Amino acid sequence: MTPFEYSSPASLNEALGLLGASWSDAVVLAGGTDLISLMKDGVFSTKRVVNVKDIKDLGGIHKTGHGLRIGSTVTFDELASSPLVRGEYPALHEAALGIASPQIRNMGTVGGDLCQRPRCWYYRGGYGLFAMKDGKSLVPNGENKYHAIFGGGPAYFVSASSLGPALVALGATIKLASSSGSRTVEAAKFFVTPSDENAREIDLKPNELVTEILVPSASGVKNATYEIRQREAIDWPLAAASVALHMKGSSVDKASIVLGHVAPTPWEASQAAAGLAGKTISEDTASQAAEAAVAGAQPLSQNGYKVQLAKVAVKRALLAAAGKAHTAHHA
Amino acid sequence: MSESDSKVPNKPPKTKPDFSRRGFLKGVGISGGVLSTGVLEPVAEAESTAKVDGPGAVPITLNINGKAHKLEVEPRVTLCDALRNRLEITAAKRVCDRGTCGACTVIINGKAVYSCTTLAIDAQGKRIETLEGFSTPAHPHAITKAFLDHDAEQCGYCTPGFVVAAKAFLDHTPNPTEADLKTGLGGNLCRCGTYMGIRKAVMQAAKEMKSAKVAKGTAHA
Repeated sequence: MTPFEYSSPASLNEALGLLGASWSDAVVLAGGTDLISLMKDGVFSTKRVVNVKDIKDLGGIHKTGHGLRIGSTVTFDELASSPLVRGEYPALHEAALGIASPQIRNMGTVGGDLCQRPRCWYYRGGYGLFAMKDGKSLVPNGENKYHAIFGGGPAYFVSASSLGPALVALGATIKLASSSGSRTVEAAKFFVTPSDENAREIDLKPNELVTEILVPSASGVKNATYEIRQREAIDWPLAAASVALHMKGSSVDKASIVLGHVAPTPWEASQAAAGLAGKTISEDTASQAAEAAVAGAQPLSQNGYKVQLAKVAVKRALLAAAGKAHTAHHA
Repeated sequence: MSESDSKVPNKPPKTKPDFSRRGFLKGVGISGGVLSTGVLEPVAEAESTAKVDGPGAVPITLNINGKAHKLEVEPRVTLCDALRNRLEITAAKRVCDRGTCGACTVIINGKAVYSCTTLAIDAQGKRIETLEGFSTPAHPHAITKAFLDHDAEQCGYCTPGFVVAAKAFLDHTPNPTEADLKTGLGGNLCRCGTYMGIRKAVMQAAKEMKSAKVAKGTAHA
């Protein structure tokens, strides 16, 4: 780890004043569960680390007139243990509960989950976001068993965000601040597939920080997350699905299906979701939607198995949301 | 326990940051105009008065096991390294050093965390508990004793982290089920594979800690 300056401001304005025009000037530290490792591995270095955990305005989970406001420094443990979240947003509760380990849930934050860099081992090994060598990506014919099955490159990494799919499915918005103002971005648009190696996977500038997440009321919206992983603890999901079902009586009025860990961003299966309109959720309709959700998959040489896992995740998330068996494995 | 500068190895010179806050604020004024998405709400102009430390060694105070320890560390030094290399508090082990294996587990403000991915400077003002704080060879904690009873270690390198994680877990979950235990200790790895013994040990410790509390009349209803 190269040496860096450190500051732990108590106010948002102070923090914003300490950020810079590039991430090599300054970076935001919250839980640190990933940032510190990236710096140890020499994949990332910066002149200044700005700890934002002492800024009270960035914490807390509150009900607002429109839904829920989640501060960006809320930890996964706080999120998973909040009765406000568990009651109305099981998709978010399950996603938070599924993250890594108790220690990571005690340290890691909502803002950090949204902003963390890809887990792609080529990226982590110093080959950059697109894993280029001699003008060619190493991924399509390389060690790609944990890589994307959607998107078609040149970004083959998968979004590392565990909360992203649930937030997109629930129609959340993300509030960002910089010293020149604040802006709000839909969760679905916050995650972007970078067009070049030096871009980020999120719509965030180096001088901005995530201040809060606003999740619209989900009263009457059946929602769930289902994750599939190799081991029950510490591991990253191989595939996950978050769903939100706006109901009209016993049938679906409008659905949202978002896949996780299968594309460079949380991946919206819009056609599959549209196909559920007017239907009730059953084994059959859930299977059809799951089939439709993976119809456009483009697996690489070693990750064809993820297509089946993604399909199963969608089906089980839909059945869980509808209250028909299959709550997530750790519930 | 304070250390003088002369004992700090390879301390880099204190350098001034090579970009100024004033220059930065000017830069933001320009880039702010080209933000294209979302709605910009005016906020008060940022006036940064926060203290910036480092990158050289900084005097810090850590509250470890109820005792204040003064030392000087660079901001990049992790809590794990500060404990082990600077304060000779060595129960927390540096194994994966990437927040995955749990051997470095300590308790901060009542919660189990990985000390290898916590900056020492960031642990100031918080209650840090290590194994040394609640279990010593002369006065072993019920969890430590239960580990011995159930042969819950082989090479022993993961053991202190497991005992600390188990204490944080039982403090929050005094009546665990087997399933609670699997999730609650899911942040620690044992490459020798002593999990069966560890689970038995922690269940036994839970019972003993509960009856000890009943005997003292401090059990929760």
